[in-house]
Amino acid sequence: MSTPHHTQSNVTNHHILSVLVQNRPGVLARVAGLFARRDFNIFSLAVAPAEEDGFSRITIVVDVESTPLEQITKQLFKLIEVVKISELDPRRSVERELLLATVRATPEQRGQVVELANIFEGKILAVGVEAITVSLDGHPDKLDDFEELLSGYGIVELQRTGRVALPKLDREARLRAVSNKQGKAG
Amino acid sequence: MNQPGMKITGAQALIKSLEMEGVEVVFGLPGGCILPAYDPLLDSTIRHILVRHEQGAGHMAEGYAHVSGRPGVALVTSGPAATNMVTPLMDAYMDSIPMVCITGQVPTTAIGTDAFQECDTVGITRSCTKHNELVMTAQDLPMAVRQAFHIATTGRPGPTLIDVPKDVLTNMMEWYWPTDDEVAASLPGYRPNTKGHPRMIKEAAKLILESERPILYAGGGILKARAAEALRELAELTDIHVVTTLMARGAFPDSHPLCLGMPGMHGNATAITAMQKSDLLINLGARFDDRITGKVSGFAPEAKVIHVDIDPAEQGKVRRPDVPIVGDAKYCIEEIIKAIKDLLAAGSVQADTGAWKSRISGWREQFPLSYEPSEPGEALKPQFCLEQLRDNAPAGTILVSGVGQHQMWSSQYWHFEEPYTWVNSGGLGTMGFSVPAAIGAKVAHPDKTVWAIDGDGCFQMTAQELVTAAVERIPVKIAILNNSYLGMVRQWQEMFYDERYSEVYLSPDVPNFVMWAEAMGCVGIRVDSPEEVQPAIEKANSINDRPVVIDFRVDAREKVFPMVPAGFSNDDVLLPAAQEERRSALR
Repeated sequence: MSTPHHTQSNVTNHHILSVLVQNRPGVLARVAGLFARRDFNIFSLAVAPAEEDGFSRITIVVDVESTPLEQITKQLFKLIEVVKISELDPRRSVERELLLATVRATPEQRGQVVELANIFEGKILAVGVEAITVSLDGHPDKLDDFEELLSGYGIVELQRTGRVALPKLDREARLRAVSNKQGKAG
Repeated sequence: MNQPGMKITGAQALIKSLEMEGVEVVFGLPGGCILPAYDPLLDSTIRHILVRHEQGAGHMAEGYAHVSGRPGVALVTSGPAATNMVTPLMDAYMDSIPMVCITGQVPTTAIGTDAFQECDTVGITRSCTKHNELVMTAQDLPMAVRQAFHIATTGRPGPTLIDVPKDVLTNMMEWYWPTDDEVAASLPGYRPNTKGHPRMIKEAAKLILESERPILYAGGGILKARAAEALRELAELTDIHVVTTLMARGAFPDSHPLCLGMPGMHGNATAITAMQKSDLLINLGARFDDRITGKVSGFAPEAKVIHVDIDPAEQGKVRRPDVPIVGDAKYCIEEIIKAIKDLLAAGSVQADTGAWKSRISGWREQFPLSYEPSEPGEALKPQFCLEQLRDNAPAGTILVSGVGQHQMWSSQYWHFEEPYTWVNSGGLGTMGFSVPAAIGAKVAHPDKTVWAIDGDGCFQMTAQELVTAAVERIPVKIAILNNSYLGMVRQWQEMFYDERYSEVYLSPDVPNFVMWAEAMGCVGIRVDSPEEVQPAIEKANSINDRPVVIDFRVDAREKVFPMVPAGFSNDDVLLPAAQEERRSALR
């Protein structure tokens, strides 16, 4: 039993790239265009301004079944606006994602859905006569489980953000940073 | 003079910026949105060459860059002019040619409204430039120009594009010229690595001395890095044979005893086989292109690989290197030479390569490039024309070619003795490249003879630029190897499609190339028989006040050999008929 999204986190050796870019017009198009042009697959992608003014961080979950990760990072690094790429090992990073879902729920079922949301520590955002909108943020695996249980009621609409991640703050945090101090593509 | 802080228009700033970058020549064609830039151009020291089609401007800029090492510059308007630049931009990107293209754009207020001659130029050219930029204020222009030149000419060179809206050209700005530090600071994600890793360089030196069957595999990066002398020193120090890829012809002299010439799909049997049987490929600025490797899984199966490339993404893209070295080819070769000398001084001894060398000389003796000369009364052979052009060419002649059979014969039969004397479209394979590229090369080197070898198919794609050449007094010489066919396609249909010729026959008498040449202000000469070849070439070589076109009517049945059919291993190279019986000697 699986939803289309379920396969996403089931890829146990998925790779997360945290890409620091200059926040310039078209930079997302360059990154997306590169993946399309070289036949690399993106599982999910999230973009937002980074801590430093003028920079954004793009978190990309990539499918390394199709292409070696090394080729993806090297090609990405050739983009002039890409400043730094960190590969985050899923076991040594914190990952979060947000899910919003509107689920079919008759007044009789409503209690079950609310209970489910409470168990997952999700929130009820809106309630209608025949439907209820819930949200949950957490590890993508947890979101997968939640989504699967919700699907039993009938999901009317679903939006997930794609994962964002940062390295864990432990000593062993393995952060393979290809820093531009070591030189980058010409 | 424009002093810092002086108020000038964006257009003046653009032209001033080009002057500051040392630009001497711009290839272009004006139009609506770029109009403001053409006014200050009148007062500039920059020479503008007015082309007949924007694609021509792009290929001219490429030809100029190929032979001079300086970035070629093209200046065109918006919309269709920008889309006409796509082919040369992609061509330059594939062959790592430094080139800066400036396109006009509709005013900033009209962007996104589908205005007249509007197109999404940066969107369209994103994947065929190393970098591009839409400049939204006049104040940004000098920095944008500096960035474009810096990115085009450093690291792995390539084309860049600046898209400039019309109001950005007419608005006022305060003149400034960014310093190197300011340019670097504005590009925090761009730091090309030129210095190869010292440990890898030592490792390479060690492998080279241990190898019994080494080959130096020289690519276009040798020319980009201006590393031809360093390559020669390395070859002579180690006594290792050199193959020069299509992009590296001239990087190592063909007359040198260690030169094996071109490998690959239409390389010579010795160069192909030497790579194939090698135990160490020393790749210097090449990229294991599919036209070199043939079937990758069967390519040079016993070879270890040292790969020197300034682009880290080339390392392991096709073939996993044993020793990857990211850096400038000249720097890295010089460091490898030092490391080898250190090892030798410390008592290391180079492995015995004697048996390997005698195998190579055996192949060279038995498998020279060859064709069947025509009997009297038979049609002219294209290879014969090339030999005659070669033997009558003044020293230092620059050879430019289009794409197809004539390109392969040019690379095979010419003797390249100096770097930067060969210009062609290698990666993209752009038919129509040669006429405009030859014009660009001649503009860069007006004192050198420039011969373009073209096919009749190629010539018909861009021939109108000969009008540009005639009017601008750029006396290039064009040799059309005219077989009335799209020759390379015909060859494939003959060999792989049971001689079912589909849409490859052009026409034996339309156009009349001599009349066409004359109409464009050139001298036109037609050659049908072998006796006419040399007099025609001598006449062409003696004309220096206008372009010359020779229409060589050649045998359409002639095919390019050797040939490694697409998807086949290099072990399965097809030889000229006369050599097939001794192919077992290619061991």
